[in-house]
Amino acid sequence: MSVLVSKATRVLTQGITGATGQLHTRLCREYGSQMVAGVTPGRGGTDFEGIPIFDTVQQAVTRTGADASVIYVPPAGAADAILEAADAGIPLVVCITEGVPVLDMVRVKRALEGRATRLIGPNCPGVITPGQCKIGIMPGYIHKPGRVGVVSRSGTLTYEAVYQLTQLGIGQSTCIGIGGDPIIGTGFIDALRLFQDDDGTDAVIMIGEIGGTAEEEAAAFIRQHVTKPVVSFIAGQTAPKGKRMGHAGAIIAGGKGTAAEKMAALEAAGVTLSASPARLGATMQDVLRKAGKLS
Amino acid sequence: MNIHEHQGKEVLRRYGVSVPRGTACFTVDEALAAARELGFPCVVKAQIHAGGRGKAGGVALVRDEAGVRAAAERLLGATLVTHQTGPQGRVVRRLLVEEGCNIARELYLGLVVDRATGRVTLMASTEGGVEIEEVAARTPEKILRETIDPVVGLAGFQARRIAFGLGLTKDQVGKAVSFFQALARAFVECDCSLAEINPLVVTASGDLLALDAKIGFDDNALFRHPDLRELRDPNEQDPREIEAAKYDLSYIALEGDIGCMVNGAGLAMATMDSVKAAGGEPANFLDVGGGADTEKVRAAFKIILSDAAVRGIFINIFGGILRCDVLAEGVVQAAKEVGLSVPLVVRMEGTNVEKGKQILADSGLDIITAGDMLEGAQKAVAAAQRRSSAGRSA
Repeated sequence: MSVLVSKATRVLTQGITGATGQLHTRLCREYGSQMVAGVTPGRGGTDFEGIPIFDTVQQAVTRTGADASVIYVPPAGAADAILEAADAGIPLVVCITEGVPVLDMVRVKRALEGRATRLIGPNCPGVITPGQCKIGIMPGYIHKPGRVGVVSRSGTLTYEAVYQLTQLGIGQSTCIGIGGDPIIGTGFIDALRLFQDDDGTDAVIMIGEIGGTAEEEAAAFIRQHVTKPVVSFIAGQTAPKGKRMGHAGAIIAGGKGTAAEKMAALEAAGVTLSASPARLGATMQDVLRKAGKLS
Repeated sequence: MNIHEHQGKEVLRRYGVSVPRGTACFTVDEALAAARELGFPCVVKAQIHAGGRGKAGGVALVRDEAGVRAAAERLLGATLVTHQTGPQGRVVRRLLVEEGCNIARELYLGLVVDRATGRVTLMASTEGGVEIEEVAARTPEKILRETIDPVVGLAGFQARRIAFGLGLTKDQVGKAVSFFQALARAFVECDCSLAEINPLVVTASGDLLALDAKIGFDDNALFRHPDLRELRDPNEQDPREIEAAKYDLSYIALEGDIGCMVNGAGLAMATMDSVKAAGGEPANFLDVGGGADTEKVRAAFKIILSDAAVRGIFINIFGGILRCDVLAEGVVQAAKEVGLSVPLVVRMEGTNVEKGKQILADSGLDIITAGDMLEGAQKAVAAAQRRSSAGRSA
């Protein structure tokens, strides 16, 4: 078992003719994902390495039965691309694009209210169920099928955690990059709920960073609703106040959003903190051993 | 992107937000001319991207030309240190000369994007002139909030609720509603990340006026506001940050001595944390990004080396899209071009890692390698310390 994506997922690429869209559609297909369609307005009727291209998402869905979409459209058009996918009724939309204006996301979130579409991102690496389906830009070969769920605001830090797990022989059920922007679709709580309900997940690694209060809210949720072990790391313990650390959402504003506050909240909720990002894998190994899930 | 107070007020004026009459001045003569035009008394305000100017002596109420001259001569070129500038302060290069007003009440008004609700939120309080963080910590019940639906904008009833909540009189409420709605419209149409009016004053004659304006824009939205992008003041930015922006690198200067080069923002923060855990202090945050090429890596390396405080460099790369061989090539080229004057520790993992390691090994450069990020941080800190103690004994 796994969450969000599996062997059966049929993926559509929005922005398939751009350099990034081409590269990653190719890499995802090589990994084994079913890449069934592409959309680039004005390029309908052509194809990308055998994958049919359509002018609109609606056409692509009707003709290919795509049930997930990945967006590589540049920032100015990314919000519109999300809305188009939602309008076509696609249940899972993954927006990789970095640099989407935050007020565009305010409108998108409002428009998605009450709809069945789940948005992941923007500004995220995507979602992968190892050995089954990869949607996004993460390097496929570092993953290994298994029973640890990973959810993270950071891309490369997720790769780091996954790589450590795989080196220790610990596989992953699904890895979800939720993105580093201030306003995102799926948050920690949604992901934790999915993993808690998934029979194929024994434990979760949650990687947070400075800015906002998503980790604190996740801590409250874990205390109430999560019985599976959670291991966490918060990046940005040394970040200065008021400076945006690369990610649009990674900023300590008005004295709020520090790593120390987040770590204290998580620890109080029974989460095992990894002191160093280099120890995430080993910390999970210890936790799994204690839980009797690893010999 | 942040802008100066006088620029913020100019933007707000266009949306019908009432602000005092005033002129931006770069010389003493300009300040004198502006004051004559406005009449006395007037206010001379230092323009820097930091709050706390009043307490630091950056704002002067003047009653005549001699007063304007004295204030302008004292402030222009001076370094102003406030609680927001850091100990090094900021050099004042421009002034805002503004009409004075009779203040009856000072209020607070602010708009932010609230991450938890995913909406823009209007905040107001009767504690004008006090920082909102302070009010939030001490008397959170004094902060009034309205969450704005992006479909509707700030509704009239919401603006009225805030106005009555602030204790405004019947005849002031109408003015307040127009003021709040104009500010909310400016926020959305200009893609602001922050709009803070502190204080918002009620004058003796019952008018509302934005006495200060702190406006920030969403960098990601500047592509659709070429006019606002022009408001950037490079004097308010670290020169290395400006250079980094040219190459689309994300760089933040910090106080320490271990230069860091990393791909990915989260990993870059984690790398800084590892340097700290190893007993060192990071000199910078630097994310070269996922799609970095040799040229970007070379530029990043040069920017780190241009910081005189750097005594050691730690490169930590998890190659996903960014291939390790591309990174290695960039580092070797840059080190050969500018000369490697400090110890360099490299930790690489991921795509084409063997090829990358081979390039570094074949380069003939004195590069220390590390297996994981903590080991790399420890080696970088140790090498920097060895080097500086060797420097002292020589």
